[in-house]
Amino acid sequence: MSILVDNDTRVVVQGITGGEGKFHTGQMIEYGTNVVAGAVPGRGGQEVDGVPVYDTVHGAAREEDANAAVVFVPPAFAADALFEALDSPVDLVVAITEGVPQQDMAKVYRKLTETDTHLIGPNCPGLITPGEAKLGILPGNIFAEGNVGLVSRSGTLTYQVVDNLTQRGIGQTSAVGIGGDPIIGTDFVDALELFENDPDTEAVAMCGEIGGEDEEEAAAFIGEHMDTPVAAFIAGRTAPPGKRMGHAGAIVSGSGTGTAESKIDALNDAGVPVGDTPNEVADHIEDFL
Amino acid sequence: MKLHEYQAKGVFADAGIPVPDSALASTVDDAVEAAEGIGYPVAIKAQVQVGGRGKAGGIKLVEDAEAAREAADEILGMDLKGLHVDRVLVEAAVDFTNELYVGVTMDRAEGKPVAMVSTRGGVDIEEVAAEEPDAIVREHIDPAFGMHPYQARKAAFEAGVDRAVATDVASILTQLYDLWDDKDATEIEVNPLMVTADDEVVAADAVMNIDEDALFRHPDLAEMEEEAAGDELEAKANEYGFDYVRLSGNVGIIGNGAGLVMTTLDLVDYYGGSPANFLDIGGGAKAERVTNALDMVFSDENVDSVVFNIFGGITRGDEVAKGINEALEGFDEIPKKVVVRLAGTNAEEGMEILNTDLVTVEATLEDAVQRAVEYADEEEAQ
Repeated sequence: MSILVDNDTRVVVQGITGGEGKFHTGQMIEYGTNVVAGAVPGRGGQEVDGVPVYDTVHGAAREEDANAAVVFVPPAFAADALFEALDSPVDLVVAITEGVPQQDMAKVYRKLTETDTHLIGPNCPGLITPGEAKLGILPGNIFAEGNVGLVSRSGTLTYQVVDNLTQRGIGQTSAVGIGGDPIIGTDFVDALELFENDPDTEAVAMCGEIGGEDEEEAAAFIGEHMDTPVAAFIAGRTAPPGKRMGHAGAIVSGSGTGTAESKIDALNDAGVPVGDTPNEVADHIEDFL
Repeated sequence: MKLHEYQAKGVFADAGIPVPDSALASTVDDAVEAAEGIGYPVAIKAQVQVGGRGKAGGIKLVEDAEAAREAADEILGMDLKGLHVDRVLVEAAVDFTNELYVGVTMDRAEGKPVAMVSTRGGVDIEEVAAEEPDAIVREHIDPAFGMHPYQARKAAFEAGVDRAVATDVASILTQLYDLWDDKDATEIEVNPLMVTADDEVVAADAVMNIDEDALFRHPDLAEMEEEAAGDELEAKANEYGFDYVRLSGNVGIIGNGAGLVMTTLDLVDYYGGSPANFLDIGGGAKAERVTNALDMVFSDENVDSVVFNIFGGITRGDEVAKGINEALEGFDEIPKKVVVRLAGTNAEEGMEILNTDLVTVEATLEDAVQRAVEYADEEEAQ
């Protein structure tokens, strides 16, 4: 079992003819992902790596039964691509694009609340169910099949923690990078709920960071609704207030909300151990199993 | 990107929001001349991006030319919480009877903008928010519709703004929301919005943060970016296109991906060191970018050692190794010791290429950080 993606996921790649879109389509196919179509306006009828391209996401969904979209469209056009995907019949949209303007995302988020579609990202590495499918840019070779779920706001930090797990023989059911932007689709609570309901996920590793209050909300959710044990890491303990630490969402406000300390306290209060190093998170997970 | 007060007030004035008469000056003579032109009393305000300028001596109210000269001389060139003051805003002092607060910001949790009004202006609004949350009226705005005029009126009246000025305050709030929307702001704040004895409303301060990710559609604001940079090294980072934040420690940090770089900073602290910076080279960096990153970190005179932490997804270890070699082979003597940890995509190829005469290699994140902290301590002890 897994969450959100598996062998039945049929992917349409928006922006498949661009540099990143093309490269990662190849990587996804190599991993075993069922990429059934591309969607690029004006490029319908072409092929990329043997994948047929359609002018619209609707066309790809209709003709190839695509049920998930991965978006590699540049920031200036990303919101439009997301509206297109949310209006189409796909159930899952994964937005890899980094640098989508916040106000565009506010409008997309408004649209999202009217649909049942899952949106992952933007500004995320995507998600993977090891041995079945990956949607996005995660390096497939560091993952292994297993029974630990992983959810993270950061790409490379995910790789670090996954590596620490895999190196000691602990595999993953699914791993989801939810993205480092202030406004994202699927948040920690959504992902944790999916893992809680997945019978094969026996523990969850969660990587949060400074900014916003998602981790605090996640802590409350874990305390009230989860039986599956969770261990966490929070990045940004040393970040000064008012400075954006790379991710648009990783900023401690002048008033002191969004600090690592507040997140760690909330998680500890909910019984969630928080590692001082990524490797300590793997220690906690090992203890749970 | 946070605009300077004078930049934000320029944007306000262009949008028709009332601001006091003012002029920017970078010399004492210019400041005095500006003060004479505006008429006393005037406020002389340091244009640097730090909070609490007033308390730190960066804002002075003066009544005549002699005092203006003295104040400008004192403020220009001063060091305000680590930032050098090279410009002052000379501004007509407003004779006010009341101070309000108005603002528009993004409520991340709701994914919606929120407009705010309070009659407790002129003080630290964060404190008001913490102690008396009800003193700030919040009105969420549906981004599909924008702010309805009634919402601005409702916020002003429910906040208890005096009826004589409430509709003016509401119309300023509407103008602020329109600006927020037009300019891709993430935050706009006026604190205080001053009310004068004859019921005029004036924006006496202006805070405006612009979404850096939206600058591509605002060439006018993008031009302000360079001037808005607070620090020489941060300006240089803008040029190179790095996400860079300068800190006060002595261990230089370079990595890929915001979360992992933040984690590296945290580990430096955890192992008893002190991080000098946050520098994210981003995804898929080529050799040249790596060379530029090392140049950035070596430009910081506080740096005593450097840790390079790469976990490659789309970033390739061989490209990183090539960049490190190129950067370091250019020196007769390497300025500070460099510790490298490469993992992920093409890490093995990278390790083969890496000139290990020039750097120290560690296999794990924890070991790399501890080694860099050790080197920094040794360097500092010398």
